Amino acid sequence: MVIPTTYHLILAALLFAIGAAGVLLRRSGISILLGIELMLNAVNLTLVAFGRQHGQLDGQVFVFFVMAVAAAEVAVGLALLVAIFRKQQSIDVDRLNVMRW
Amino acid sequence: MCSGVVESHRFSLDSRLSTLDRNLGGGVMETAVFFVAGAVAVISALFAVSHRDPVVNVLSLVVTMFCVAVNYALLGASFLAAAQILVYAGAILVLFLFVVMLLNAPAEHPVHEPRPFQRVAGTLTALAAGLGGVVVLLTFHGQAPPPVPGTAVQIGRMLVGPYFFAFELVSVLLLAALVGAMVLVKRKH
Amino acid sequence: MWAELAVTAVKLLVVATIVLTIVPIMVWVERRGAAFIQDRLGPNRVGPWGLFQPIIDVVKLLFKERVTPTAANKLLFWLAPGIAVFVALVTFIVIPFGAGKDVKLFGVELSGLTVAPQLDVGVLYLFALGSLSVYGIVLAGWSSNNKYSLLGGLRSSAQLISYELAMTVSVLGVLLSTGSLRLDDVVARQQQHVWNFIPQLLGFITFLVAAFAETNRLPFDLPEAETELVAGYHVEYSAMGFGAFMMSEYINMVTASALAVTLFFGGWSLPGVHLTGWFGLIVSMGVFLVKMSFFLWLFVWVRWSLPRFRYDQLMSLGWKGLLPLATLNLVWVGVAMTMGWL
Repeated sequence: MVIPTTYHLILAALLFAIGAAGVLLRRSGISILLGIELMLNAVNLTLVAFGRQHGQLDGQVFVFFVMAVAAAEVAVGLALLVAIFRKQQSIDVDRLNVMRW
Repeated sequence: MCSGVVESHRFSLDSRLSTLDRNLGGGVMETAVFFVAGAVAVISALFAVSHRDPVVNVLSLVVTMFCVAVNYALLGASFLAAAQILVYAGAILVLFLFVVMLLNAPAEHPVHEPRPFQRVAGTLTALAAGLGGVVVLLTFHGQAPPPVPGTAVQIGRMLVGPYFFAFELVSVLLLAALVGAMVLVKRKH
Repeated sequence: MWAELAVTAVKLLVVATIVLTIVPIMVWVERRGAAFIQDRLGPNRVGPWGLFQPIIDVVKLLFKERVTPTAANKLLFWLAPGIAVFVALVTFIVIPFGAGKDVKLFGVELSGLTVAPQLDVGVLYLFALGSLSVYGIVLAGWSSNNKYSLLGGLRSSAQLISYELAMTVSVLGVLLSTGSLRLDDVVARQQQHVWNFIPQLLGFITFLVAAFAETNRLPFDLPEAETELVAGYHVEYSAMGFGAFMMSEYINMVTASALAVTLFFGGWSLPGVHLTGWFGLIVSMGVFLVKMSFFLWLFVWVRWSLPRFRYDQLMSLGWKGLLPLATLNLVWVGVAMTMGWL
């Protein structure tokens, strides 16, 4: 039996929900970025599953681009975190409440 | 010129395709692999967002990436499965681990001290995901079509064909990210 | 399906036996070879010519006391050597050890003694799993709860990810001229044309240098040298933990040699000789092992002849030296293919 697309979509939805919960509930900048990565992976899985459903390769090419963009985003996000850490010695996003320091 | 070079390689795709179809065409192995990979993915994702030690979070996410790569392989996207491990597990998460170690990120207890609005937001998200899952189950009758073999050759043809502009733009984006990251962490002496 | 499973199990067993036998032989070669280069005798008491020395070493390592530092993260501390060995071993399933295109066992074709011949991403799989070896090292450095360990681990990981890039780009030339990611196809093309190190000499040299850096061997072994950072990331490991790291280093050496032979020196093929059937399989495996042993000796030879690179020299060589040269090789292959020379 080939796995029906529905099963892949449910797995992706679960991963997306867990990632979203991670982004909303955590205080450390790094953990929030991890949640974002999890959500991106869930979306990638959805794209590939639907690509197969329609019999096209476009879903997979899309995922290729999403991976590249995610890599760029993580690099810049972590660089921002390191710069913030140098200023205030903590990566707690609750303490990021001033517009200039 | 490019198409001439690409067409001249001697190894035809047909034998490759039939092997792929034969191996992914059915069987109890694929179902078992999917359920194991799915269960491990969900469990390690839960660890990734709820454990207090940030190093354990990153390592659990590595396990999740592996399981997603297994799912790509089941869907026929073999190039993406390898790229997933190469890019996500082998580069992006290594970068995460480096930053966690260099900043000595503190262990936090997110489950014990969420802020009030977060409980509402968290519950709403879970409900939305559940509702989405139910809607998908009820309306989408997935007929399970055969996997679309996503070999490197075919994805390459798409990249230099219809998606050429996006491909070049992404390279510029990566260059911008590289320069940006270096500028952000530069120490001003 | 059961026949295929059985054949895969047999192939896995053969490949694992070959690799895990080469490791103690390499330990012996390393010690006797080092002695020979340094004009002394080396171990010659345990068995004829000291051949049982590695076995005694393994027995010693198995029975030594396993010390875990008090404040170390125990799970990660003992996970790290496991990751290192696991990642080193799984890369062998795509490497063709011999010519088995027309040999059948239980009715299933033994294609080239590759454990997973239908993996159409071949080399990409190898690089993907090779990039995971960083985790073993960085976790070892972190979980030892030791400043020098952490610094050594971070330095070694930075070295690994830098040279990974140069290695991948230098292999791209070979993949471009072959038109396929599978190592079986790379060997088949080299049988029809000339061995790849002749038209792509620059690619071969960059690959070799990058392979030395990837396996943490001299002249790139700064992160684990005894005189640097007190042996770097594996300073806190004793007994089998240390043994596992040493084993993973030798297995990585075997992988790098096997790759160099397959990609640039024609794999199991001999020029002009057509190998078929069971006899061809055995002979081609022998040819492959002989070629591989040349590269393994090269690893030992270079280790005891060249001084070590300083860390900043190492990083600038990787980024400012090897990467441009590997890209130059890629450009050369592109031009040659357009002109029809390759």
